Amino acid sequence: MSDTIVRTPAWKVAAAWVFVGIPLLMGIFQTLLNAMKLFQ
Amino acid sequence: MARLDSAEQFSKSIIPILDRTRTVAKLGYNRWLVPPAALCVHLCIGQAYAFSVFNLPMTKLQGITESAPGDWKLTELGWIFSIAMVFLGLSAAIFGRWVEEGGPRKAMFTAGVLWASGFFVSALGVKFHNIWLIYFGYGFLGGCALGIGYISPVSTLIKWFPDRPGMATGMAIMGFGGGAMIASPLSVWLMARFASDTDVGVLNTFITLGCVYFLFMMVGATLVRVPAKDWKPDGYVAPAQPKKLITTNSVHVYDAIKTPQFWLVWVVLCANTTAGIGVLGQASAMSQEMFPGVITPVAAAGLVGLMSIFNMGGRFCWATVSDFIGRKNTYFTFFILGICLYITVPFAAGVGNVPLFVFCFLIIVSMYGGGFSTVPAYLKDLFGVRYVGAIHGFVLTAWSAAGIFGPVLINYIREYNINHGIAQAQAYNVTMYIMAGLLALGFVCNLLIKAVDKRYHLKAEASGGAELAAAAE
Repeated sequence: MSDTIVRTPAWKVAAAWVFVGIPLLMGIFQTLLNAMKLFQ
Repeated sequence: MARLDSAEQFSKSIIPILDRTRTVAKLGYNRWLVPPAALCVHLCIGQAYAFSVFNLPMTKLQGITESAPGDWKLTELGWIFSIAMVFLGLSAAIFGRWVEEGGPRKAMFTAGVLWASGFFVSALGVKFHNIWLIYFGYGFLGGCALGIGYISPVSTLIKWFPDRPGMATGMAIMGFGGGAMIASPLSVWLMARFASDTDVGVLNTFITLGCVYFLFMMVGATLVRVPAKDWKPDGYVAPAQPKKLITTNSVHVYDAIKTPQFWLVWVVLCANTTAGIGVLGQASAMSQEMFPGVITPVAAAGLVGLMSIFNMGGRFCWATVSDFIGRKNTYFTFFILGICLYITVPFAAGVGNVPLFVFCFLIIVSMYGGGFSTVPAYLKDLFGVRYVGAIHGFVLTAWSAAGIFGPVLINYIREYNINHGIAQAQAYNVTMYIMAGLLALGFVCNLLIKAVDKRYHLKAEASGGAELAAAAE
């Protein structure tokens, strides 16, 4: 195992979260739109 | 030592890049990359909860606009989901140890291949109108992908987040709840795009979903890493005096299932899941029958949507709370609060209080989700980190059992009540009280859980050796 410290770039972490976050937020948004029918 | 040898064998694979040794993180790796990697898998396999969107179109594969005599019946199609759920539990139990010792990348890759293959074989089933191909594809292959994929990131996340194991596993398992929210509108949209005068669009949707899910899961498999041995988060100091229920040792998976604690946790999860799954699966019909003329079918669909958001949110929030109040107290909260809420539901229906009824259902379903996401950290507390993924796999058979008990309890008791002259609006009251009783049983089992006897702990040498083989750094 090498002792060299290679820090993960922040953009890589952000990109990974955006990659999973966008579809998840779209799914939640669609579900919330449907859920609004409960209050109509 | 035999266990150590097998662990070494497990760590070698046909494709070297999938080996656990190739996934050990280098110094400086950011642990916050692991939750998205886990979410890549869980968001995909969470599609299982949305499979019902295909049911109606698959009853019109030949007739296109309406069912033809040769078309499949809904009862035949209902088996696809049931088979997948059975194989979820079985594969998690059978392959749990392999997942633990082979590492998360190999498990995620395998789950991705099986999940995509399940869709492709099912597409063949649609093309040749052969239901057995779909049972084999989505039911068997997909079910195995569900089991392997579900447990694949659990122990890795616990190792990366020793300071917040509940929150970490909660993030991944939240994805399983959220997957259906993505899959449902996506599948409907794809079927509409592919539909024509001669095709309902299911075949091409299966192929597209198989490709998209495969790529998504491969991103997860590429990102995931296991921490180096003795790695700790910056500034983290393990408590010198662990709480009495928490062990710093590990218990082998085959020893764990011999302990009373394992079976008590099994019953705790089964009780919590049975109570929740019964309500979740029947919420639409139940709300309309308990509030006839007040909750319309459209409003009931809205309630189901809102419940799925609380199911997902509960997975993250309750597991995070468990890091602060402890797992045992979290389950005590589920059971005490659950009993109160189940008893309140018939009251709310009796006085016609819709907001109170909706509130009860939303909290119940959040605790249903919370039960799933808190259990890995509970197992880690009791049995240690080393085999937690494999032990979790065995515990998930409680989910399969609850999948049968929950809906059966709700449906059969309702039918029995209606056949005995009870009005439809009150037909669920007895069921609610039975669910409350089930939660009382869970409460007692949770109360009985004590620290695992030291004789089950792995010997220091074997434990250390196994850790070494597993981490392989």
